[in-house]
Amino acid sequence: MSLITLGLKEAATKLKNKEISAVELTKATLDRIDERNGTINAYNVVCHDVAMKMAEESDKRIASGEAGLIEGVPIGMKDLFCTKGVSTTASSKILSNFVPPYESTVSGKLWNAGGVMMGKTNLDEFAMGSSNETSFTGKVLNPWDTTLTPGGSSGGSSAAVADFMCAGATGTDTGGSIRQPASFTGIVGIKPTYGRCSRYGIVAFASSLDQAGAMTRNVEDAALMLRAMSGHDPLDSTSASNPVEAWDETLNDFDPKGLRIGLPKEYFIEGLDPNIRKAVDDAVKRFTDAGAEVKEISLPHTKYAVPTYYIIAPAEAASNLSRYDGMRFGYRAEGENLAQTYSNSRSEGFGWEVKRRIMVGNYTLSSGYYDAYYIKAQKVRALIAQDFANAYKEVDVIFTPTAPSTAFKLGDKISDPIQMYLNDVFTVATSLAGLPGISVPAGLVEGLPVGLQIIGQAFGEEKLLQVAQAHEKMCGFQMRAPNATATAA
Amino acid sequence: MTSVYDQYEIVIGLEIHAQLTTKSKLFSGSSTEFGADPNTQTCPVDLGMPGVLPVLNTAAVDAAIKTGLALRAEVNKESVFARKNYFYPDLPKGYQISQFDKPIIGKGTLTIDLEDGTSRDIGVTRLHLEEDAGKSVHDFGADNVSHVDLNRAGIPLMEIVSEPDMRTPEEAGAYVRKMRAIVRFLGVCDGNMEQGSMRCDANVSVRKKGTTEFGTRTETKNLNSARNIQRAIAYEAMRQIDILEEGGEIVQETRLWDAQKNVTRSMRGKENAHDYRYFPCPDLLPVRFDDARIERNKQEMPELPDALKERFMNDYGLSAYDASVLSSSRATSDYYDAVVAGGKRDAKIAANWIMVELFGALNKQGKDIEESPVSPENMGKMLDLIADGTISGKIAKTVFEEMFDNGKDPEAVVEEKGLKQISDEGAIEKIIDDIIAANPKQVEQIKNGNDKLIGWFVGQTMQATKGKANPGIVNKLLNAKLRS
Repeated sequence: MSLITLGLKEAATKLKNKEISAVELTKATLDRIDERNGTINAYNVVCHDVAMKMAEESDKRIASGEAGLIEGVPIGMKDLFCTKGVSTTASSKILSNFVPPYESTVSGKLWNAGGVMMGKTNLDEFAMGSSNETSFTGKVLNPWDTTLTPGGSSGGSSAAVADFMCAGATGTDTGGSIRQPASFTGIVGIKPTYGRCSRYGIVAFASSLDQAGAMTRNVEDAALMLRAMSGHDPLDSTSASNPVEAWDETLNDFDPKGLRIGLPKEYFIEGLDPNIRKAVDDAVKRFTDAGAEVKEISLPHTKYAVPTYYIIAPAEAASNLSRYDGMRFGYRAEGENLAQTYSNSRSEGFGWEVKRRIMVGNYTLSSGYYDAYYIKAQKVRALIAQDFANAYKEVDVIFTPTAPSTAFKLGDKISDPIQMYLNDVFTVATSLAGLPGISVPAGLVEGLPVGLQIIGQAFGEEKLLQVAQAHEKMCGFQMRAPNATATAA
Repeated sequence: MTSVYDQYEIVIGLEIHAQLTTKSKLFSGSSTEFGADPNTQTCPVDLGMPGVLPVLNTAAVDAAIKTGLALRAEVNKESVFARKNYFYPDLPKGYQISQFDKPIIGKGTLTIDLEDGTSRDIGVTRLHLEEDAGKSVHDFGADNVSHVDLNRAGIPLMEIVSEPDMRTPEEAGAYVRKMRAIVRFLGVCDGNMEQGSMRCDANVSVRKKGTTEFGTRTETKNLNSARNIQRAIAYEAMRQIDILEEGGEIVQETRLWDAQKNVTRSMRGKENAHDYRYFPCPDLLPVRFDDARIERNKQEMPELPDALKERFMNDYGLSAYDASVLSSSRATSDYYDAVVAGGKRDAKIAANWIMVELFGALNKQGKDIEESPVSPENMGKMLDLIADGTISGKIAKTVFEEMFDNGKDPEAVVEEKGLKQISDEGAIEKIIDDIIAANPKQVEQIKNGNDKLIGWFVGQTMQATKGKANPGIVNKLLNAKLRS
């Protein structure tokens, strides 16, 4: 038996039953990281000592019958979550020396549930990107094919999960940053409803959109991990007070018969790669074969989702990133006076994509343009949310592709921001509406994984996960990167 | 001959920043106590560290509601916090969380009380909540460095903006004093202008009397007392009139009051004005509350200056001016109420004693009424001694001085110093008879029609009794004896 290929739930069960120990699982996982991370670059920091210490504590709690939900399980932590005493960089030069004196709520919840921190996973700088190429710590390679992107911004997490460098990893999703990398690496990635997980301690990108989620190798693991991450937090005024349910325990209390699936016509337009289309159609067929109903629906404002997103997200980001001024923490490049120190620190500390978004955001917020851009974008955002609300009068869940393509080549889109932004075309609307979405593996196209996006209703994570679980069971397969699997055996 | 300044009218609007008395900051749990060592009252939220989030202090919301009610203003059941973006080292996040187009309190009214006893209503445009910035300390020693103290960063402020309704520096002074009285009555702000817990900016323009269009205005900052506000406005108005009279134009700009030199100086012009890129803060939900919350705050409010003033006028027959002075602070009105004791004592005499003797003595020592060595109980007892004839009003001043200097009980003072008034007619008559007998020349002159000399006999009698003789009885007896 290979320890590192164990799923999250599987490992938690074996640990609890004392079939394996947290120390041996952690050691095996750290060995795997040491062997592979030089190639894949999934981790910015590997926490050898911290992980071994946490594993020892886990074994003690297991021994004394105090095991938490995910006791002893190796977790990769996106390097956007502040971890007390452990470097947190957001893959940016400007935070390259930053060690937070506090813990993010979500990471704290995972450690309280028994998770063991393997390290901090790579990402696009400040989560701004769709290919993990904007990272100050270097691009991440896709375990399926190292010439390809693992997606972004949670590319370190997706690669680490796909390459068995952890059992599950956290991601954050602002416009698709969990779902698209999950799709590109053949894993499961869930972005819950906005407000499910506390944003406290997550380095902010766009506050009204940022949401933490789970990235795992199967649906049950995602359900369990999300359960451990969720819950109301008095430190986050936008966190929801809805009760957290035991989603991993109700996964199979579901029959696809009678399920009403919506297919938004605006997502299946001319030009969509027929292979991607076929993967979604195959998924739909599995459900209709099991008695589900399919209905074409309309989300008429879909075409405005990308421009709306690329006004709102940069506006919030421009303001959120103002605090990186070289004064109190982070990278500082001294100048001859205050204005020069600001300018030098920020010019040297931020990468091009981050600067681009700060420029765009400040432009759209400036007086004279605010009404035309930001206010209008907020109005369109409300219309997009209304589209979904209308659709959910007729259907229970919505199926779409997660991304318009399979993983693309590293370097292909990085010099063309518009092409890069368009990769978010299927995921941003869900984010703007604050709805939960999950990407599950739906097949292979030319040997590369394709993701099916299932969009749920607000706080409808239970149904969403049940549908995802049903799909996984009906598929009869979980996808594994061949290269990773071969070396992990 | 009228001066050229008399041909102009001054138009004044004020912005007041009042620091709330909440124990913790507006968006974090850090203490707001004044005077701690630099940067000891901070947390990651105040420092603007990555990923941390603001959480609204609801006590600040209640303070704003109460102030809004006191200003007879619209209380908005939904308001929005917005980010005001600019870079400065004392602003850790690179933005200040404030309120912009949806403030918690809308239009209201403040009634100001003028020296001549008249009142005027001044419009209040809005009141909103915002966090304070930190403090930059430019300590140019050999190192030539600046320091930043973030203890103040995040302390809750109410910004209260008036309509341009004031026309004289005195009205502006009265506005500030009244606003200060209200926030202090409510207990939402300590009103301490020297420590900076209440700060004021003045928008000033001038125009020819009889015209209705506003002139170009300037904003003067750094006004830390009602007196400075009046002086700065007077200076600024004259400066503007001088420019206009010389054919010049007023530049719209921000100016700074220099209290040492008594001048305003240009700080930054309109061309250097920031674009603050306001937008709703996505980390905070809109502030929403219901009528019950407004009602609860209403119930918790004390009697306010205007109501007190009216009560003092109606129940005690005070003049408008006296009533407004005695209702200018909670401590003063409490003191006065305690002395009058629900009408048991003469309200006008009590008012005079407090406003003339007590305030005079307190002012001399720079003390507040809270620190008065004469308790309201002792002041009341002293008035009783006057009323029942134990001491005369004149002797009472001696008694009061002793009470003020040593904090003594008036009866003890009267006893110790033997100041008790002599009202025994027989005893006084005996003294008078002796004086008359000793001064036959003067008696003769009165008999010849020189009435003024009766006063001389009164003086002699008082001198003989060391001022203790009841003046009424002395007068009565002397008149009877000498005019017959």
